[in-house]
Amino acid sequence: MTEQQFIRWSWIWSHLDEIWQRTVEHLTLTGIAVVVGFGLSLVLSIVALRFRRSYAPITWISGVFYTIPSIALFAFLVPFTGLSILTAEIGLVSYTLLILIRNIVAGIDGTPDSVREAALGMGYTDRRILWEIQVPLAVPVIVAGLRVASVTTVGLVTVTSLIGQGGYGAFIRRGLGRNFATEILVGTVMSILLATLFDYLLVRIENRSTPWVRKKDTP
Amino acid sequence: MSFFSDVVAFFTSAESWSGADGILIRTFDHVRISVFAVAVAVLLGLPIAVWLGHQRRGAFLAISIANIGRAIPSFGIVALAFPIALRLGLGFSSWPTFVALVALAIPPIFTNGYTAVREVSPAAVEASVGMGMTDLEVLTHTEIPLAMPVIWTAIRVSAVQVVATATLGAVVGWGGLGRYVIDGFAQGNEVLVFVGAILVATLSVVTDQAFAAAEKWVLPQGISSKDLTQVELGAHG
Repeated sequence: MTEQQFIRWSWIWSHLDEIWQRTVEHLTLTGIAVVVGFGLSLVLSIVALRFRRSYAPITWISGVFYTIPSIALFAFLVPFTGLSILTAEIGLVSYTLLILIRNIVAGIDGTPDSVREAALGMGYTDRRILWEIQVPLAVPVIVAGLRVASVTTVGLVTVTSLIGQGGYGAFIRRGLGRNFATEILVGTVMSILLATLFDYLLVRIENRSTPWVRKKDTP
Repeated sequence: MSFFSDVVAFFTSAESWSGADGILIRTFDHVRISVFAVAVAVLLGLPIAVWLGHQRRGAFLAISIANIGRAIPSFGIVALAFPIALRLGLGFSSWPTFVALVALAIPPIFTNGYTAVREVSPAAVEASVGMGMTDLEVLTHTEIPLAMPVIWTAIRVSAVQVVATATLGAVVGWGGLGRYVIDGFAQGNEVLVFVGAILVATLSVVTDQAFAAAEKWVLPQGISSKDLTQVELGAHG
């Protein structure tokens, strides 16, 4: 093992099947977490927007979740939910909440007063103002939140390899176990590529859904 | 439930706290590596970020560093540092963990430091120039003080993230509080895993709160982070 090459390309070519299988696993873990996290964040954001006083406690609790290291959160859950996909998802979902809720609320709140007043003057009801004006205008901020949340989740999924899940993280963990750099590198690079892909797709969605924004404005 | 009484028994036993692999030493190691990592990341990342922000240049660089920083899985970096350190003959030391922590702390510090200075109101900058301040005085007397809340929050975010990621150091043979979790997993000892989780989570929350409390002394008078809207969060550990 001492004088092996740092990257063994032959290993990569002979493991394409497994790389594909891990890609599906990684996508599934990320997809479930972001979709469930977004749904939960929408509900909590609606609560926060309706009852203003609940905003501080909601962000405080999701902030505490965000502060707890992922591995500690998984470790807390293992005695109860085992080394299961459920453990992984509870952890992953809880990390999306803070980012998503902050952005949804900030996005809806960000409608300029002048726009609201113009709509009121045109005879819009509160409900129509929310759905036809505030929500569409909030799309860029909400999508920005989704970008951060999904990119973060892709990275975090690798940690779930420590509780027997992991997607690409399984390569990293196994590579560490036998000090095989190629495998660690494959896991890391594939995770970065997947995160970048998510980011790119969400930017595309954002551009499609906000035709009034000039493309230059979105980095 | 015997599970929780076992956890309590662990914390109340004097043995768990003392010795080379006791809670106290491990907490100390964990805090020490985190402090050094954040300090080095600040020294490496902040001056350039602040200078570029002052020059109003390098927006693309700042955005790219933020995006790349977020996309890199911290577990992958910690893991990669290990075979590299072995190659360099550094062996089973704290080096892989330390290098990985520094690498992960730089992006949020750099990006937020840059944005903080760049976003200082142009009116304030113009007023300072009008009062006859030199370029350097504008930076040190106007821009940096006004940017301090964001900069401090950025350091806080990085510090919490570093404390979290240092836990993963146990996977690459380093100590710290992560040892309880990783050893617990390896031995199928859920009590140990849970104990580790409590310690790591507590240290993270304490770190976060310590930075919040220190704001009083660090920030210039009359400036607070209360009205901060968004700070770029780093990759998560």
